[in-house]
Amino acid sequence: MSARNLPRWVDLGLIPILNLMMALGVAGVVVALIGENPFRALRVMVEGAFIFPGSLGYTLYYTTNFIFTGLAVALAFQARLFNIGGEGQAAIGGLGAALVCLALDPFIPGLIVIPLAIMAAAAFGAGWAFLPGFLQATRGSHVVITTIMFNFIAAGVLVGLLAGPLIRPGQSTPQTRDFADEATLPKVHEIARALGFDMASSPLNVSIIVALLACVFVWVLVWRTPYGYRLRTLGQSEPAARYAGVDVPRMIILTMALSGALAGLMAINDVLGAQEKLLIGFTSGYGFTGIAVALMGRSHPFGIVLASLLFGALYQGGAELSFEFRSIDREMVFVIQGLIILFSGALAYMLHAPLGRLFARAPRVRPAP
Amino acid sequence: MSGAEDIFLDAMQILASTLRLAAPLILCAMAGMFSERAGVVDIGLEGKMLMGAFAAAAAATLSGSPVVGLAAAVGASVALALIHGFACITHRGDQIVSGVAINILASGLTVVLGIALFSQGGQSPPLAQSERFQPIDLPGADAVSAIPFFGTFYETALSGHNLLVYLALLAVPAAAFVLFATSFGLRMRAVGEAPEAVDSAGYSVAWLRYRAVIIAGVLCGLAGAYLSTAQGGGFVREMSAGKGYIALAALIFGKWRPVPTLFACLLFGAMESTAARLSNVELPGIGQIPVDVILTAPYVLTVILLAGFFGRAIPPRALSVPYVKDR
Repeated sequence: MSARNLPRWVDLGLIPILNLMMALGVAGVVVALIGENPFRALRVMVEGAFIFPGSLGYTLYYTTNFIFTGLAVALAFQARLFNIGGEGQAAIGGLGAALVCLALDPFIPGLIVIPLAIMAAAAFGAGWAFLPGFLQATRGSHVVITTIMFNFIAAGVLVGLLAGPLIRPGQSTPQTRDFADEATLPKVHEIARALGFDMASSPLNVSIIVALLACVFVWVLVWRTPYGYRLRTLGQSEPAARYAGVDVPRMIILTMALSGALAGLMAINDVLGAQEKLLIGFTSGYGFTGIAVALMGRSHPFGIVLASLLFGALYQGGAELSFEFRSIDREMVFVIQGLIILFSGALAYMLHAPLGRLFARAPRVRPAP
Repeated sequence: MSGAEDIFLDAMQILASTLRLAAPLILCAMAGMFSERAGVVDIGLEGKMLMGAFAAAAAATLSGSPVVGLAAAVGASVALALIHGFACITHRGDQIVSGVAINILASGLTVVLGIALFSQGGQSPPLAQSERFQPIDLPGADAVSAIPFFGTFYETALSGHNLLVYLALLAVPAAAFVLFATSFGLRMRAVGEAPEAVDSAGYSVAWLRYRAVIIAGVLCGLAGAYLSTAQGGGFVREMSAGKGYIALAALIFGKWRPVPTLFACLLFGAMESTAARLSNVELPGIGQIPVDVILTAPYVLTVILLAGFFGRAIPPRALSVPYVKDR
């Protein structure tokens, strides 16, 4: 890549910020075209994301979703695999968690059901990504296309199950019954109140701790284990990896399954933490946002936490837009998201050449004595 | 005799509804064919179609003419196609990332602009008859309707569609002709297989790919206009509802060839049309199948095909590889 000749702080700090500025700039132009003041919109978003009571909880709740889906995309990216199937893997992960809760919560104490449900979410997500990985590794069908197809199949499966066997008896909304209270993840404001602090209600729950643990896990896995070394080798050059004796098909399958497990874990935040039941469409695009998060966060867990916070703030602040303005909708967030993917992903090399000219010259100005 | 005629009439009605459901798939799949044959992956069919649908409905409402709507749809879709080209061809960005960006951008922008223009929660106002494409009776449909079978076929299945359905059907031979019988098409296909050869023959790889991407934009625009101003009577948020991805599946299913792709589109259209009919039918032993489950069939079939269980779908060799001119 042409990134080599750039100083690290430019590559990892300046370029993401410039990309974000460009995305916000174009979104600002759209707001101005609509006839509203973009700076006021930005202020409303910032206030809505961090300052209003309870808003921070919502921001961190969304952040949790994006950490999981961002890590999922990033892990696969390390092996140059593009897992666009986070949406479907999260949906099926939610199904796994819900099945465990529905089957066990009347009989077994919640403290045992919860870890089982979390494992089921990861396992179901992994299973849903295993197949595309397996097909790429053994039959040569590209994961991009198969994971897209699997997103739609997952949505169909979920609708079929929720409208049929899993529907809460005696109602027509396609959703399951509520899980038993002790079989759900405690919300942060409940814990705070139990400890005597006052805190506004929000769907933020202990999943965020699981998410942060997942970050540490991915960092150790990718940069501190033999698996991670093979993974990064595969990402740099498949022939080199093969020559070094890496079992490439096995790596592809394993990596896709791990990536799917991370995406599947996203479901615990919503299904076990916030809704406490399984609903249709609960993934609402978070899987796709994971792509933006991974690109923005440069596929590194630390970057992903920062990017997730950014997107969490965008989602929560964006919801505020619809209340404050008559003509701006929260869909504005998708415009910003699309632009961020465009600038920091598809147009990633656009800034490299000019910035390279600007910064690469600097060390050469002072010749060696 | 009349029993057979009745069954035939039923079949022809299903065929007619299949054609109506397949038309946007055909247009999008042909769009994808131009782009991908030239080596540029097009995940953004969905977004371009959605943007086209919005532009068509908005322009038709504001101007009162479906033709103005059609032009706006093509313009909006080509604009997105040019962004795709700028990212993937000029800056050699990742083609899939760019497609994802375009889909998300279109899904947000259509609703944001829709609310700003019409304040109806992202929808456009319902279109009047004069603002939509109307069914066209083919010449002699009345005259031949008395002829058994052929008359029914001509009158029920072929005649009475709107202009864009016929355009979709014409797009297939047109695409086949351009791609396989012109030197432009030969170069375009070569650019998707061996761009270095085209480059050394003195043709610009970038300009050929740009033209392919623009053609894809035009066709997706037509598909979008079909959704909102021909099949439907106005824009509804997310109205493309995955059709762009089904078209992509059809393109792969048809192995990037015009006629097999057409049949894949018709097959997927027929599935959608029968899914609607099956929605309230109790099947023996299985019970009622939810429509959404039947509607996943195109995706399942495509995965099975990609896995190589019936025939192999081999993409153009240089697909998704940005071209770097040797220095």
